[in-house]
Order: sequence, then C-alpha cells, then structure tokens
Amino acid sequence: MTVRSDEQVPRHDQEAPEDVRVRRVELAISLVLRIGVTTSIAITAAGLALMFVHHPAYGHLSGSFSYHRLTSTSTPFPHTFSQLGAALDAGEGRGLVVVGILVLILTPVLRVAVSVISFLYERDRAMSLVTLFVLAALVGSFFLGGVLS
Amino acid sequence: MTPLGFVLTLAAVSALAGMLGSLVGLGGGVVVVPVLTLVYHVDIRLAIGASIVSVIATSSGAAAAYVRDRMTNLRTGMFLEIATTTGAISGAFVTTVLPVRALFIVFAAVLGFSAFATFRRRHQAEPLTRSDDRIANALRLHGSYYDKAEGRTVTYKVVGTRPGLVLMYVAGLVSALLGIGSGALKVPAMDLAMHLPMKVSSATSNFMIGVTAAASAGVFFTRGQIDPIVAAPVAIGVLGGSLVGSRVLGRVENSTVRWIFVAVLAVICVEMLQRGITG
Repeated sequence: MTVRSDEQVPRHDQEAPEDVRVRRVELAISLVLRIGVTTSIAITAAGLALMFVHHPAYGHLSGSFSYHRLTSTSTPFPHTFSQLGAALDAGEGRGLVVVGILVLILTPVLRVAVSVISFLYERDRAMSLVTLFVLAALVGSFFLGGVLS
Repeated sequence: MTPLGFVLTLAAVSALAGMLGSLVGLGGGVVVVPVLTLVYHVDIRLAIGASIVSVIATSSGAAAAYVRDRMTNLRTGMFLEIATTTGAISGAFVTTVLPVRALFIVFAAVLGFSAFATFRRRHQAEPLTRSDDRIANALRLHGSYYDKAEGRTVTYKVVGTRPGLVLMYVAGLVSALLGIGSGALKVPAMDLAMHLPMKVSSATSNFMIGVTAAASAGVFFTRGQIDPIVAAPVAIGVLGGSLVGSRVLGRVENSTVRWIFVAVLAVICVEMLQRGITG
C-alpha cells in the first residue's frame, strides 16, 4: 500500500527532496498513531478482562445484576492520579482500564509532539511554529483542567 | 441487562460508530452519545465522557491509515488545529453551566445546519485549480491524493483559511461542550469554506478531531466523567471499527461520502431535537 502512494509522488528533480521530507513526517506520524492505538487496546482489554475475573457476578449474560449499578453517577471510579494509583495497587481491573484510556488520550498529544520534532528536523520553520502552538495549547489544557498541577 | 451484556452490545454498537465515523470524519461520538443516553439510559455527562474517548479512538485508529495513504491534508489539518484547540479549551469551562436539555437543542441545531450546508454543495465535485489565499500559499497547504474510486491523482488548491479558522474555533468550542469531535462542523468548514475535496475533508477532519478531543479529555477525566465500564467497550469497539472504515474511504466516491454524511447528521439531528424538546 505504501509502495503505491510512493509512486504517486512527482519525480521532478527540484521537488524530490521535499517530497522525501514530507513522506518521512507522514510515516513518523502514522507509526506513532499505530503504536498508541495498539498499546491502548491491549491495556484496556486486559483491564476489562480483569474486572470480570474479580467480579464473577458481572460475567453472566442473564441475571439480576444490572449494569446500571456501574454506570450511575454515584458509582465510584478512579478519576484522580492518587485514586488511580490506589486502584492499581489493589490490582483492580478498572484501574488498568483507566490507564489504557489515558494512553489513548495521550496518543494525539504524542502525535503533535512528534510532528513538532519532525518539522524542526526538516527545517520547516512555519509548520514547526504551528505545531508547537498546538502542543503548547494541549499541554496547557491539561494544566487548566487540573490534570497536572 | 448484566454488565457482560452491556459491554458486549456496547462494543458492537461502538464498532459500527467507529466505522461510520472514520468514513465521514465524524468521530463516532455522534452515535455513541445518543445510544448511551437513549438506549442504555446512561447519564449524559458520562455519555459525553465516553464519546470523547470514542472521538480520540476513531481519529487515531483511522488517521494512521489516512496519513500513510495521503488522504489527510496534513499541513491544513495542523494549521487548523491552532483554532480547534483554542476553542476546545474555552469550551471545556462552559459545560457545567448549561442545562442538559439546552445541550441537546444546541447539538441538534449544529447538526441540522451542517447537514443542510453539505447537502447544498452536492453538485460541486471539481476541486479548485488556483488559489489567491495568502496563508494557504505561504504555508503550502495545497495538496493532492490518489483517488482509488476514480483511479487518478486529484490535485486541489485550498482557499478561505480565515473563515476556516473561525469555524474551527467554533468547532472546538462545540466539541468541548457536547463531547463530540464536531467533525459535524469541521467537515463542512473544509468542504464549504476551504473547498477541499469531500474525502480529503473527511480524512483531515478525522485527523484533527483527536487533538481537539484530547484538549478537553483531561478535564473530563478529572471531573469524573470517564467511567471505565462505559469507556472500555467504547474504546475497543470504536478502534476496531475505525480500522475497517479507514480501508473503505479510499474506494468510495466523494459524492457517496457526502450523502452518508448528510444522512447520518439528519437522523441524529432529529433524535436529539426530540430529546431536547420532550426532556
């Protein structure tokens, strides 16, 4: 599939170096996304499996135990890093699920960080600044939200 | 329904949402929120948390393929992310003020507008061949992609970067307010204001929505809106679906993508309007 797209690249002498540079940025971003997604799926699935192992009552297809008990607004689940640490120490599956979800949330952030590095490396100053602004806004949003403080 | 039944059915629905979302650049949140609230009767705030997860999953899952296949206009996407992230940060702090029913009506209005605007452009399929847009020229935002359906490389120019930025700011704001990636607004912004081909609009929207959602996801996490038993099946299902959907987009016609986009928006617009009015 990648071979096909490479063939679409114009082969003029002047443009070839830039096309190669752009292609490198594209492949780096694609790779980061794939790694993030795969890691997240693996951790989330493991956490979900662990939840069912620890709570056999959840695992029946019919029965009186309703999922509503786990999805009501009063259900406690980890939503700070200290709670998450405690949940992981206790070996709770939902702690692991939250880690998997956090990996997923961080994947786009990592993707932007890799773009900044790639554009700097390719000496594309305008796009470096553009991606740096987006990265700063993303990191800033985590501070503003009280995630990191 | 037992937790196992909940997880399995929700994962299956999420796979469909991921497939559809990756195809039309919508992020799947647009399916996940109504399904969670209307079918599973999950609280809207938890549903919004889950849909933020769904948006990031659709985006990251599909973008890996779209970027590699050059369906995504990388530079345009990154340039517009300046506006979407700024909008998302503004919006994340307004959510708690608005009542649930108002959220539904805002949601419906946004979708209705997007559907109508995109429908009106159905006969304009040819991409632009020249552009006077100074920002687009300076940042070299123009692009080309290989269209598998047409069997040729389509080269296109980008215009309207300034209205594009404004619409993207609004898209970011709406995304944070409603927990959708607001591809509902991003796709029309690129299609109508910036004249990108429909498939490129969809793939580029897909690429961007993950970053927009990530900008407000941190807030949703600390606020306790990301419930693991809801988020896990959504994340896994949507990721699986988006991997399938991203293989389909290259092969279908631009006009098909447009029709699916309009249809999906119209259906959900009606659902949400009903919910907002009847309470």
